[in-house]
Amino acid sequence: MRISVQSAPFDLGHEAQQFAEGHSTMGAIVTFTGVVRDTGDDALVAMEIEHYPGMTEAALTKIAEEASSRWSLGDVLVIHRHGRLVPGEMIMMVATASRHRKDAFEAAEYLMDYLKSRAPFWKREVTAQGSEWVAARDEDEEALERW
Amino acid sequence: MNVLYFAWVRERIGIPRESIETTASTVNELVAELSAKEERYAAAFADTGALRVAVDQELTSFDAPLAGVREVAFFPPMTGG
Repeated sequence: MRISVQSAPFDLGHEAQQFAEGHSTMGAIVTFTGVVRDTGDDALVAMEIEHYPGMTEAALTKIAEEASSRWSLGDVLVIHRHGRLVPGEMIMMVATASRHRKDAFEAAEYLMDYLKSRAPFWKREVTAQGSEWVAARDEDEEALERW
Repeated sequence: MNVLYFAWVRERIGIPRESIETTASTVNELVAELSAKEERYAAAFADTGALRVAVDQELTSFDAPLAGVREVAFFPPMTGG
């Protein structure tokens, strides 16, 4: 298991390749990547991500450990960035390895659902008009109920 | 005890962290104590239903006890991913 909270960009191809190597008994590797997207009425200039150093790593580790106990996983990777990111930049990625794809897909979804509302990150959207904290959505909280 | 604030809670209170002496036995009592101190705290804590709290870096509820606690953090619902 590897958890990385970092301001630096990551290389998706390199991370996915490195994660897949050395898992010859794992038939399935799932990766998910989150990208800063420009969806608002005002053009997004940047996304600023604040986090709680210490608790962030602990919360992500706990979520990854819970996923590993619920599904049969060979390995888990979580990378989440903080700081100022511009549209098109990758914010985060998760990767899961399992013998069969169902475990890897479900665990990746579980990781995403939990790290959206249980890992201490806060997003702030910066536009030409100013900046605003992104409000948590009810759907994100409801998404946890299925687990 | 160290008290930390994040996102708009930090902005409303005006500082990211502070060290305080308190006799509060629960998070709710700490909130009441801080709110009574200055208007900026009262404004930040006006609706605790819109806030989350972590005690020693673990998410918990506002009725959580504070005995032996070193760090309390207040922040809005998280928006990771």
